[in-house]
Amino acid sequence: MVLELQKPRPVWQIMFSTHHTDVGYLYLVFGITFLFMGGVLAMIIRTHLFFPGQNVLVSDSATFNRIFTVHGLTMLFLFALPVANGIGNILVPIMVRYKDMAYPKLNAIAFWMNPVGAALLWLGFADTTWVSYAPYSIIRAPGPAADMFIFGMKILGISSILSSINFVVTVLKCKHPDLPLRRVPLFAWSMLTVSLMTIVAMPTYAAALIMMLTDRLGLSGFFNPFAGGDPIAYLHLFWFTFHPEVYIFLLPAIGMMYEIIPRFSRKPLYSQASGVFAFVMLGIIGFASWGHHMYSTGMDFTTKVVFMIGTLAAVPASGMHVFNFLATMWGGRIRFAAPMKFAVGGIALFFSAGAGGVLNSAMPLDFISHGTYWVVGHMHLFLIGTIGFGFVAMIYYMFPYVTGRMYNEKWASAHFVLMFWGTVQTFFTQHLLGLEGMPRRVYDYPTDFTSWTQLNQISTVGAWLIGASFVIFLASLIYYSAKGKPANMDDPWGIGGKYYYPVSAKNPHGGHSGY
Amino acid sequence: MGHDTAEWVFVAIVIAVLCYVGVDSWMIQKEVEDVPADAEIIKVTGQQWYWSFEHPNGTKEVNTLHLKVNHAYKFEIYSRDVMHSFNIPDWVVFEDAVPGHTNHAWFAPNEVGTYPIQCREYCGLLHYNMRGSLVVEPNT
Ligand code: HEM
Ligand SMILES: [Cu+2]
Ligand SMILES: [Cu+2]
Repeated sequence: MVLELQKPRPVWQIMFSTHHTDVGYLYLVFGITFLFMGGVLAMIIRTHLFFPGQNVLVSDSATFNRIFTVHGLTMLFLFALPVANGIGNILVPIMVRYKDMAYPKLNAIAFWMNPVGAALLWLGFADTTWVSYAPYSIIRAPGPAADMFIFGMKILGISSILSSINFVVTVLKCKHPDLPLRRVPLFAWSMLTVSLMTIVAMPTYAAALIMMLTDRLGLSGFFNPFAGGDPIAYLHLFWFTFHPEVYIFLLPAIGMMYEIIPRFSRKPLYSQASGVFAFVMLGIIGFASWGHHMYSTGMDFTTKVVFMIGTLAAVPASGMHVFNFLATMWGGRIRFAAPMKFAVGGIALFFSAGAGGVLNSAMPLDFISHGTYWVVGHMHLFLIGTIGFGFVAMIYYMFPYVTGRMYNEKWASAHFVLMFWGTVQTFFTQHLLGLEGMPRRVYDYPTDFTSWTQLNQISTVGAWLIGASFVIFLASLIYYSAKGKPANMDDPWGIGGKYYYPVSAKNPHGGHSGY
Repeated sequence: MGHDTAEWVFVAIVIAVLCYVGVDSWMIQKEVEDVPADAEIIKVTGQQWYWSFEHPNGTKEVNTLHLKVNHAYKFEIYSRDVMHSFNIPDWVVFEDAVPGHTNHAWFAPNEVGTYPIQCREYCGLLHYNMRGSLVVEPNT
């Protein structure tokens, strides 16, 4: 499975392939490309907010609103999901000891829907925000951008349902008969869980999108209060899908940490059963909390309490993962190579993000944090701090297996230090900004409160550090996959132990990597 | 300690903390939502991109709201177009303005001064500039 960098194949052969590793590479290249495109938008947003009252980089709020909308959509649907799918495609069939995904053609089709959806989102460049609340998205958002957004999301949603079906069947039906389900590695378990969640959650949003479209066309008034509808209904449908979806973004990264932590601690995993249990629990209870995004919409007291309890009930499952990781590391001979650094950094940020989430879900505190920069800080501690760190850890981990070469540990350390520091500085600061009352999704802010300006500038500098760390990342991915030292493929980090993947996987064309 | 004992203890601690958070929130929220009977009703209307206020005696104001110190007020919050969110951060007054709905919030300012009012739900082009101020005046 050593990538074609050493034995090049024509690109079209990979593009038209239905083999799971090839589709996996396509997802990875796609996802990483959009990570950088979304990243450029983030740098524009943060740099603009460094200078209150000035038109630096963006000179009107219409453009600014479009930029943060497309930034959010890109990072969630064109980076986080595709990268998880890419790594899932490469590893899940190997982990369940099957020759490919269950439906290889469907797999390729699901991938190729992504560029179409991406094109619609980027060419439309809508200003609806990623949540696209009614009635703004219906009566005010300018077309054709908003309509292209609807179609783009529709296509991406279908793609994600198709790939989820594929993962579920691959794990449940195609797994090797000698391999009991409870022994299936936890990364494959995470993909199974999120695939089942997607199949349950996503159709609701798909329906809401169609209703939004017919509302926009004036054919219906589901969410349009001026045609007898109710915008709150849209919020319910949206969050019924998207609160579970935040766990769909999260769990694959946790699954990746389960691959890395035991290996680099040179100890067996503390408890496989606890990991499986926590995934399944979260997969179920995750559906009981969507209303925590809607406390301030005029919900009555009892409903708020019910959703608060639902939210808090999902927390122990996340705590169990943290415990499992720490108990695995406890007393281990830990080797802090790049994958381990990023995994451990990710766990630390995961813990702080979860603690902040608990505060959000406490009703009275949410009236302070909702709609402010606190929420932006909260979600980014998960999205960058946990998911970003988990993915980066896994990419470093797979690097020698995929390229046959070794990345440079010094540059990887520089990447880690900058990214960790930057994440803390950017997003912890945004929590404080939220407590100071600064609303999110703003093009500009008044300068009468000095703390807003200072905290924004601190946060922006942190974002620049993250940006710099990713420049290092990209440069080393490219440089060391061509020029890196050949890796010792049996044991790239010299930590002993056997790796059941991906070294034994076969190349679809012309064969075998030779290992 | 045995394999499982440590984990059970950990989970028990987490659950205990969560119970504390839940019960405490329940009690505080209950208190926060208990509107005093003598609260004066102020109608608040959000629209792209300003706030208008109506006092019980019919006086109307735009973007600047004048109230008296040490007096309870209940806001009835409406929207004319898209969703907004009525917010006075210094007094933790915060509730969405949703077209087709009437939402409520209340407070009783006990300090004279001028405080920012803002919109905390994205409402389009000038959302960032949908700002006003609250002037709490001494009781004469
Ligand atoms: C311990 C687990 C978690 C808890 C208790 C929690 C709680 C909450 C609450 C109560 C809110 C609403 C805040 C508000 O808007 O007022 C929220 C918002 C959010 N959370 Fe979490 N959360 C958790 C995990 C996650 C994870 C794992 C992710 C993503 C991977 C995530 C992503 C988000 C996002 C994107 C929003 C903001 C959505 C928006 O309005 O744009 N959360 N969270
Ligand atoms: Cu949520
Ligand atoms: Cu607004």
